[in-house]
Amino acid sequence: MNISIKNSKALQFAILLITFFLLNTLVTPSESNYLWRLPPLLSALPTLINDSIQFVMFDWMPIQVYDPFIEEFEEKALFREITRSISNGFLFVITFVREIFLGGPKTIVVFTSWDFVRENSWATWPALPWTVVSGWAIILGFKLQGIKLALLAALSTTYIGVFGQWEPSMQTLSFVLIAAPVSVLLGLTLGIWAYKKKLIETVLNPLLNIAQTMPHYSYLVPIIVLFGVGDQAAAIATIFFATPPMVRLTLLGLKNIPPEIIDAGMMNGCTQYQLLRKVQIPTARRDILIGVNQVVMQCLAMTVIASFIGAQGLGSNLMIALNSLKIGSGLEIGICIVLIAVLLDKMSLAWANRQIDYFSNQNFWHSHKYLIICAITLLIGIFFAYLGKSFFKENFNYLYIIPHNKGITTEPFWQAAVDWIWDTFFFSLKNFNEFLIINILVPMKEAYLGMSVAATFLLVVGTAYILSGIRSAFIITGFLLFIALSEYWNRALITAYMASFSVIVAAVLGITVGSLCAQNNRASKVILFACDFFQTFPSFIYLIPVIMLFGITDTSVIIAAIIYALVPATRYTVEGLCNVPTVLHDAGSMMGISKMQRWLSIELPLAFPHIMLGVNQTVVFSLFMVIIGAFIGTTDLGQLILKAISDSRGAGISLTLGLCVAFIGLAVDQIIRTWANNKKKELGLE
Amino acid sequence: MSSENQSANIEDVIIKCDSVFKIFGDNAFKVFQSSNGDVDAGNFLNAGCIVGVNNASFEIRKGELLILMGLSGSGKSTLLRCISRLTEPTAGKIFIEGEDLLAMNNKELIALRRNKMGMVFQSFGLLPHKTVLENIAFPLQIKGLSTKKSMQRAKEMVELVSLSGRENYFPRQLSGGQQQRVGIARSLAVEPDIWFLDEPFSALDPLIRKEMQDEFIRLRKVLNKTILFVTHDFDEALRLADHIAIMKEGVIEQLDTPVNIVLNPATDYVRKFTKEVPREKVLTIGSIMEPINPSEKFGDLRVPKDAIVETVAKAILSQDKPVAVVDKNNDIVGSLHASHVINMIFGDKSEKSAQDCSQ
Repeated sequence: MNISIKNSKALQFAILLITFFLLNTLVTPSESNYLWRLPPLLSALPTLINDSIQFVMFDWMPIQVYDPFIEEFEEKALFREITRSISNGFLFVITFVREIFLGGPKTIVVFTSWDFVRENSWATWPALPWTVVSGWAIILGFKLQGIKLALLAALSTTYIGVFGQWEPSMQTLSFVLIAAPVSVLLGLTLGIWAYKKKLIETVLNPLLNIAQTMPHYSYLVPIIVLFGVGDQAAAIATIFFATPPMVRLTLLGLKNIPPEIIDAGMMNGCTQYQLLRKVQIPTARRDILIGVNQVVMQCLAMTVIASFIGAQGLGSNLMIALNSLKIGSGLEIGICIVLIAVLLDKMSLAWANRQIDYFSNQNFWHSHKYLIICAITLLIGIFFAYLGKSFFKENFNYLYIIPHNKGITTEPFWQAAVDWIWDTFFFSLKNFNEFLIINILVPMKEAYLGMSVAATFLLVVGTAYILSGIRSAFIITGFLLFIALSEYWNRALITAYMASFSVIVAAVLGITVGSLCAQNNRASKVILFACDFFQTFPSFIYLIPVIMLFGITDTSVIIAAIIYALVPATRYTVEGLCNVPTVLHDAGSMMGISKMQRWLSIELPLAFPHIMLGVNQTVVFSLFMVIIGAFIGTTDLGQLILKAISDSRGAGISLTLGLCVAFIGLAVDQIIRTWANNKKKELGLE
Repeated sequence: MSSENQSANIEDVIIKCDSVFKIFGDNAFKVFQSSNGDVDAGNFLNAGCIVGVNNASFEIRKGELLILMGLSGSGKSTLLRCISRLTEPTAGKIFIEGEDLLAMNNKELIALRRNKMGMVFQSFGLLPHKTVLENIAFPLQIKGLSTKKSMQRAKEMVELVSLSGRENYFPRQLSGGQQQRVGIARSLAVEPDIWFLDEPFSALDPLIRKEMQDEFIRLRKVLNKTILFVTHDFDEALRLADHIAIMKEGVIEQLDTPVNIVLNPATDYVRKFTKEVPREKVLTIGSIMEPINPSEKFGDLRVPKDAIVETVAKAILSQDKPVAVVDKNNDIVGSLHASHVINMIFGDKSEKSAQDCSQ
């Protein structure tokens, strides 16, 4: 009796697998056989979405708007006016920040007129010399944390300046400096709202799930329709993408506050607002800061993707470089993005951790020391910029701004390196590539495409039922039905095959590396630090070295996905193993078990639920990478999304495709998360 | 007691609870109403409600220290939270200095907490992002005091709880005892009249706990506040309290002075606690003295009426003659034989084992 209960899951799985194979062989592949492929009942959905967006944008609730150019009232759709004013607002702020760094007449024009600017040649905002911005960054770094951060700031800004990436970097920065704070504030507000009102949390939760698993691309077309093309649209797309993790982490942080701290705040006579401002938010600071960090990362990750809809800066340059296979300059730009990401991340962290000294009696110099030094830096910078003007004469004024692509470059070196690799390893790389494609990838792809829809449903829903119960099974049936009834089932299968291949490899590698490192305290620390470090890299960066080695093939995408997804797999393994209570280690040691036995019989079973949560992340990460991979030519859902961008009526298509990808991710998430949480509760780890 | 005297006393009452009930559960209020005030924990559990506090009534006078004692789940913390209105009671009335606490609106409640109440928590409830000094100054800043003034006051408080030199430490850098000193300093920073302590020393090691109890006794002498103190440690209650209220399943089983509780436990439940208590540490000479027998002659030793037995027992036991008990004015009010002292302390236990031996 006992044995049958213990093995019942294995038995259920066995039955499931047998039926799966039976269904697979019995169902004949034909388009009219509904067991093979479901009819595309939802194929009208994209058009429907499109039409509703068009209707809301152009016909819904017309209002009278005064047009100053034709000096008359005109009938315009309310919604369109709203979105247009939002995008104009964003555009103005971004331009303003950009012109502080790079100079230009546009912000002055807003307050005067083009005629005024043309007539008065002085009426153009001058750029800040790069030396000044660099100096300010160093001073800010020093004030916030000390010499280490100052050094990092010096290194980053000098690199960016000297390598001739100043202009695009400042363009990118101006857009991040707007998008990031807006996302943080928005996320914080929504998070607090959800914390206070249960209803809001229930409504927000599924929306956040979808927003976090939708690929970046699929937002782009709807946003073009709503907000136009340009930096402002890119900023809004970024905000859409960067806000959900912030909401999540704010909510998590607020929920984890020990109740006594809130009681203490109440007993000290805090009003609701004081409680929030001075007790709850600062106490939840750790999680909220992780949220801020996520926002900065997402913003920089979006720079590349946002360049599709007109964001200027590093992203569009990187895309051009990668498209024309200029690995060296791609790498240099990539390093710029990483440096900005790391610097912004560290600075926001240091700012939140800063401490105030109440008791040193400060005089004017002491309390305004840094402001004065900043002003002096500005003067010195301007002085040298003028000096440079006369010194460099015909050439570029290197002390003012080093123009794009006129700085030092290591491009020839990298090109030579790539050439060398190709010359030396051409055959081994090619053989590996061919072996992988012919022997593994193609058969796997065909196996996926050869599954009948009935068999796929049975396998996935059955697994969900066995692992996480009837409720999950129903939810997942819903997700799958949506994909199966859309026109994109085959594409989704291809996406699933690429993602699952990279998940398997990444999980195996990650769990192995993580397990090895977790045996040793120092190694765990090193590997966690490495994970932190690699997580600051925007996803696109991972494509650079892979393209360098394998060119533009499926292999590149899959390998990039594996590397990208390796980070969460490793991190969760190390965390899971390190969180196994030490008393269990000691108990095991006292029974005289070997390291291997300990790992197999104590550590792994206890850490397994947490490791599976890591695998869950791995799925999301590889899905993203696979979709991004469309950019270098794959034939899955991503490619269609990419195509939709250039289609003026592609909003519906790309949203539907995005939902398909999101539902694949959410289905896996539903199974694993429910299972892992149940298991954790069973093991008493929660 | 004359009526005049009584009315003077009523003005002295700082905290007054009048049939306070707290029932937890989704439809707590309905179930409570249908019970007509006859609350039984078992019946309520069947109705899906948990009884936290069951008909608690008592008064605390100015400068008095009442200890709520009970095991976990006895409702002692819930009662404290009702009186601080961190939890809304289901029924009953609570008066703070004669004002109806439950009728106060949010603004009045905040004003009351800002000026009259201070509270210490079991796991300290310190703000992790603020230093010692900032934590202590926090209630002052919430009140709207300037940074300079609040920091000055916080500095005084740091000295009061002997934490000088650690002003700029963060809570995580302090030991448990030190963290609780910060908690105490913070709760006292606004100079409240009423001081709530919710199991303040329960999370500490025994040695540190003893040290903090001594510190508490010292602070109490200096500050003269009205105190409500919650603990699950009977010894701690005996050591610190003027009055102890022993709670079980939300009901106050007995509310009396430590001496009376030890000598006359009201219920079997209370007796369980008092059984193992070392009496010599609790009882005062006054509570065990005998009437003066004019035929006997006193020895030279005189002991004060208020002294704890333990502190003078050795001296009394070394006397052949009965010892005179004196009050504050040095008048003799009673006598005490060494044999009687031994009887009071070891009474039943030693008789029992003597019987066991003889059998």
